[in-house]
Amino acid sequence: MTEKPLISIEALARRYPRHGGGETTVFEDVWLPIAKGEFICLIGHSGCGKTTILNVLAGLDQPSAGVVIVDGREIAGPSLDRAVIFQGHSLLPWMSVMGNVAFAVNSRRPDWSKDRVRAHCQKYIDVVHLTGSEHKKPAELSGGMKQRVGIARALAIEPKMLLMDEPFSALDALTRGSLQDEVRRICTETEQTVFMITHDVDEAMLLADKIVLMTNGPHAKIAEIVENTLPKDRSRTNIHKHANYYALRNHLLDFLVTRSKAFTAESGANGYDPKKPPIVRPGARPVAVETGPPEPGHAVSA
Amino acid sequence: MPASLTLRAGLLSVAIFAAFIGAWYLATLPTAGSAANVDPEYAALVSGAASEGQKSAFPTPMDVGGTLWEHLKNPFYVRGANDQGVGIQLAYSLGRVLVGYGLAALVAIPLGFLIGMSPLVYRALDPFIQILKPISPLAWMPLALYTIKDSGISAVFVIFICSLWPMLINTAFGVASVRKEWLNVAATLEVGPLRKAFMVILPAAAPTIMTGMRISIGIAWLVIVAAEMLVGGTGIGYFVWNEWNNLSIGNIITAILLIGLVGMALDLALARTARLVAYRE
Ligand SMILES: Nc1ncnc2c1ncn2[C@@H]1O[C@H](COP(=O)(O)OP(=O)(O)OP(=O)(O)O)[C@@H](O)[C@H]1O
Ligand SMILES: [Mg+2]
Repeated sequence: MTEKPLISIEALARRYPRHGGGETTVFEDVWLPIAKGEFICLIGHSGCGKTTILNVLAGLDQPSAGVVIVDGREIAGPSLDRAVIFQGHSLLPWMSVMGNVAFAVNSRRPDWSKDRVRAHCQKYIDVVHLTGSEHKKPAELSGGMKQRVGIARALAIEPKMLLMDEPFSALDALTRGSLQDEVRRICTETEQTVFMITHDVDEAMLLADKIVLMTNGPHAKIAEIVENTLPKDRSRTNIHKHANYYALRNHLLDFLVTRSKAFTAESGANGYDPKKPPIVRPGARPVAVETGPPEPGHAVSA
Repeated sequence: MPASLTLRAGLLSVAIFAAFIGAWYLATLPTAGSAANVDPEYAALVSGAASEGQKSAFPTPMDVGGTLWEHLKNPFYVRGANDQGVGIQLAYSLGRVLVGYGLAALVAIPLGFLIGMSPLVYRALDPFIQILKPISPLAWMPLALYTIKDSGISAVFVIFICSLWPMLINTAFGVASVRKEWLNVAATLEVGPLRKAFMVILPAAAPTIMTGMRISIGIAWLVIVAAEMLVGGTGIGYFVWNEWNNLSIGNIITAILLIGLVGMALDLALARTARLVAYRE
C-alpha cells in the first residue's frame, strides 16, 4: 500500500458563474488517491458533482481548479488508458455489436489485422455473455444487453482504468444483479482499477474496496472514505450474512440520510482536513474513525 | 369480408382516376358556338387554329392517350433541332439536373461539414447563407447568361444554385447536432479527426444530409423546367414551351405527365438511398 497511486485527484474544484454575478462552487478541495487494482465507488446526492469529477478523470471536462495526476503527469485530455462506461450506454447505433467493440479495438491497436481484432472482440463479447448477438444493432438489444456491449467495449481496449457513471441505474433489479456479478468477476480476475459512481448502497458494498462519500453541494467535498469491511469473496447471495454487513450498511445510509447535509458543522469540530479525509472501517466492533492518517490510503487498523 | 387496406386504397385510386378521365371527357365534348367570345388578347397569344374556334382546343383523353402512345413508341428520334423525341428532351433535362445537383453536392456536403464542425465558420457564413437562400434560382439566370454566355451551362448553374442551400443547411445542421455522447465515445477512444469525421460524424449526420439531398433534387427538378423555358434550345422545359407555341396541348399534357413521373422516380431513388443510411437509436 506504500506504492504511488495510479491516479491522484488533487484540490479539484468546479465553479459556475451565477446568474446576476458571483460564482457557485459545485465542489472544491477534492483530494483522492486511487491505487492500482482498487475498486472505488463514489456516492453522493444528486447534483454534488460526481459526473463532473468522472468527466474530469476521463479528460472530457476541465476543472476550475486543481489537477488530476496520472503517472506523475497532469492529464491533458481523454486517453485510451482510461475507458469510460457511460450512463446511457452510448453505443453507435449504426454499428453492430461487433462493430462497436471493433471500433474501440481498432483505435487501440491500429496495427492489428482484421482477424486478430475480430478474435479479440469476440473474446470480450463472450465475456459479457453476448455470444450470438454480434451482428445485432443496438436498437435490437435490450437495455441490459446494450450496457453489456458498453462494458465489453471498455474492457476490450484493456485500459489501465475503468470509469463508470451509474452504469446499472437504468436497469431492472434482476439484470442489474447479474451484471454486477459479471463486473465483479471480471474486475477481480483482471485486477482492474475502477472508479464508479452509484446511488445504490448495496451495489457499492458488493463491488467496492473503498466507498467515497461526498457531502451535498454546493461546496461539496469528500466527507470520508469508507473501507469495505466485508470479505473479498463476498457475493450477492451471502453478503448480508456477514457480521459487518449491517454496520457498514447503516453507516452508509446514515451518512446519506443525515450526515451528508450537516457535514460542514460536524467537520469543524473534528479537525477535518480535505487533503486527508478520514478513513472509516465500520464493523461489528465500534466504528473507528481516523482523522489524520500519515499518508492517504495508509491507515492503521482499528 | 373486409379487404386489405392496400387493396381498397388501390380500388379508390382507380375510381378517382376513372372519375377524372370521365369529367375530362365530358368537358371536352365538342360544343357549338363556344368560340363566340374569344378574348382578343388571348387569341393573339395562341394565334393558331384555336382562336378561330371551330372546335374546343383542349384535347380529349383519347387524343392525349394517342399522343402519349406516339411519344412512347418512339421517344428518341431526332428530326432537326426543334423536333426531337420526348425521351431525348427528358434526357437533356435529367443530364443538366444531375450535373448541377452533383456539383452542388460536391460543394455543399464538405462545406456543410466544415460549417457544422466550427461555430466560428458557422457564425461567419450565416449572414451570407441567410441572404442567398431565399433568392429564387431563376433570378440568377440573367447574371449567369451574362457571365457564362452559354445557355446550357447557365441552366446547369441555376440548378447548382438551387440545389446548394438545402444540402448545405442540412449537412451543417446534421453535423452540428451529432449527439455529444457519440463524440465523447470518439474522444475517449482517441479517434483521429479523419476517422472521427468518417466513422462517427458522417454516419450520424447521414440521415439529415439525405433529407437535404432529397429536398434539393425535388427543387432542382421543379426549377429545370422553368430554366429551360427561359434559355430554350433543348430539354423538357423547352419542349413544353415549344409545344405551347405550336398550341399542341396534347403534347404539353404528355410532357407534364412525364415530368411528374420522372420527378417521382428521382424522389423514390433518393428515398431508397436514405433508407440505406438510416439507423434506429
Ligand atoms: N453549465 C452549468 N451551469 C451551471 N451549473 C451547472 C452547469 N452544468 C452543471 N452544473 C451544476 O453542476 C452540478 C454537478 O453536476 P453533475 O452532473 O456532476 O452532478 P451529479 O453529482 O453527477 O448528479 P447526478 O447524481 O444527478 O448525476 C449540478 O448541481 C449542476 O447544477
Ligand atoms: Mg451524474
